[in-house]
Amino acid sequence: MRGGFRLVRTQAFRIVLIYVLLFAVSVTALLGFTYWITSRTVNGQADEIIQAEITGLSEQYQRLGWQGLYQSVNERSQQRGSQALYLLTDGEHRRLVGNLTFWPAARADAGNYVEFDYERRVNNGYETRHARGQILRLEGDNFYLLVAEDIQDRYVTQSLFTTTLPWTVGLILLLGLVGGLLMSLNMLRRLDAINRTSGEIIAGDLTRRVPVTGSADEFDVLAENLNRMLDRIERLMKGLREVTDSVAHDLRTPLNRLRNRLEESLARLAAQGGNVGEIERAIVETDKLIATFNALLLIAETDAGASRSQMSLLELNEVAGDVAELYEPLAEEKGIALKLERGGEAQIEGNRSLVAQALANLVDNGIKYTPPGGKVTIKVTQGADGVALTVADTGPGIPAEDRPRVVERFVRLEASRNSPGTGLGLSLVAAVAHFHGTQLLLEDNHPGLKASLVFPRAGKVMPIRPVMTVTKSAAE
Amino acid sequence: MRILVVEDDLEAQRYLVQGLKESGHVVDEAGDGDLGLSLALSRPYDIAIVDRMLPKLDGLNVVAEMREHGNTTPVLFLSALSEVDDRVKGLKAGGDDYLTKPYAFVELLARIDALMRRRTPAGVKTQLQVGDLELDLLTRAATRSGQEIELQPREFRLLEYLMRHAGQVVTRTMLLESVWEYHFDPQTNVIDVHISRLRAKIDKGFELPLLHTVRGAGYMIRAAAA
Repeated sequence: MRGGFRLVRTQAFRIVLIYVLLFAVSVTALLGFTYWITSRTVNGQADEIIQAEITGLSEQYQRLGWQGLYQSVNERSQQRGSQALYLLTDGEHRRLVGNLTFWPAARADAGNYVEFDYERRVNNGYETRHARGQILRLEGDNFYLLVAEDIQDRYVTQSLFTTTLPWTVGLILLLGLVGGLLMSLNMLRRLDAINRTSGEIIAGDLTRRVPVTGSADEFDVLAENLNRMLDRIERLMKGLREVTDSVAHDLRTPLNRLRNRLEESLARLAAQGGNVGEIERAIVETDKLIATFNALLLIAETDAGASRSQMSLLELNEVAGDVAELYEPLAEEKGIALKLERGGEAQIEGNRSLVAQALANLVDNGIKYTPPGGKVTIKVTQGADGVALTVADTGPGIPAEDRPRVVERFVRLEASRNSPGTGLGLSLVAAVAHFHGTQLLLEDNHPGLKASLVFPRAGKVMPIRPVMTVTKSAAE
Repeated sequence: MRILVVEDDLEAQRYLVQGLKESGHVVDEAGDGDLGLSLALSRPYDIAIVDRMLPKLDGLNVVAEMREHGNTTPVLFLSALSEVDDRVKGLKAGGDDYLTKPYAFVELLARIDALMRRRTPAGVKTQLQVGDLELDLLTRAATRSGQEIELQPREFRLLEYLMRHAGQVVTRTMLLESVWEYHFDPQTNVIDVHISRLRAKIDKGFELPLLHTVRGAGYMIRAAAA
């Protein structure tokens, strides 16, 4: 499942997983160490007691002989509540005296200690218990003395320890994983909310805000900071919009009066039979001024992302077809072959008017700079990043070193200084590209210029890209 | 024809009123939105020219109020605002056309004519005729003097638009907006080339040309003055 897979890939889950593993290892080591220390101490205590008993009884034997020993063993065996065990036997391990019934089946280990099981009488029957002790051979009289300590309780604790340890570690891992999943899920949910909001904002809805849960945790702090940032951006955008509006209004009003006056003078002069050539030229110049002003304003607005409200689903093949159809007669008149190469389904989310205008500018440039007999190709192609809209011509092209410069406003290369145009065509194309979250790519067409825009396919959130134009040098 | 001009820039208002009067129209003027609205609602006008930004009552609201009162007078918006979203807002508010300042007076006149024409539909026409040029909107066939003319789909739409406005000046911007649905200014005048192609198809080989260039304004299709 994709969702589950995504959960496992989150940073929170990874951190939790590493932590749980580390924790499990530490717990195992700690418990192991505790076990080792405890068992050493308990064993040591038991061995000390046994040693003391043996020493005491040997002294008795040496001082008082067999009789004394028998007496002592008998007395000690009768003490109730003691964990000490005694058994004095003859050479054939037959019981003489002591609180053990049989000589246990056990072998002495290196330190002369033996461990064995024995039966002890309880209220209703017998129970098997574990003991540890030492055997003393009384050589002269051919007797055996077994002195032992009941270590059943420690033994049980020890085995309990060894059987529960893996379970404990397993449980820690399991709980840790479940906790990690829950934590990641929670984090993921909150990050998703932020991502969703960012996506909507990038798509143009600046009124969206990141939800704040009210828990005042670091996510809330982040959300509040993001929201404050968004408030500020929205205010700035609104301000920019107001500035372009008032610049537009304050410049268009006098331009309008100027043009009106010129038209009036033209009409008056024409009625009087005067020479209207001067005034006609002035009107043409005014119109050029207006065209430049409109183009600048459009670039500024597009750069500011002001017309997000007019985004719609576009089929690039259709846009390309329409523009090709618009320019085909012009190309034919200039003796240039205008070709259209449609690609597969190419739906993008965009502003039809802006995309069409950008493409028109590119085709217009292509036709303007390609000599008769040349070729201008409009192409829609599918790529890994999206759908590419390309205009390639067989004109003089743009030298690699000039390519980053030509998209700047009013930049016109020496070679084209005298052809008509505002010098804003490519700037607008670059602004339109930026508006759609993409870039204008200028390349060598060997010969000529290849200009392309790669649009993300519809349905994908537009990535945020820096405002820049990348150029590939022909030499590469 | 009676025209209402609502414009707060008095210099622009004077020019508009004078130009329209010289073109033979009867003109009332208003300098703010309130007066404009009360005039529009109290007298019958054939067309209203409304500035987008007005004191007292904004141009958008003037038109929205007019429409709310059931007034269907065609409205042409004039706007000095930047254009991108504004055109859509204007048309949504109930405007019928939208012109950005500064504009050429011929452009304004041509658009007024087109709006008037739209207001008086002579039933649903299936056949357009100018002189001996006929256009059948159902069979998509064009003939001149009975001779069939081969037209591309876009040429057909171009000719249809010109013929629907026969006898009126049609500007390049109007053609670009109505036939191609583009609201931008192509740097090179591509429309002229389309027109000359169309002209070659409908006028070549005939004695009387129908498609005329109106200097400084645009184009007009009309039958020869009989």
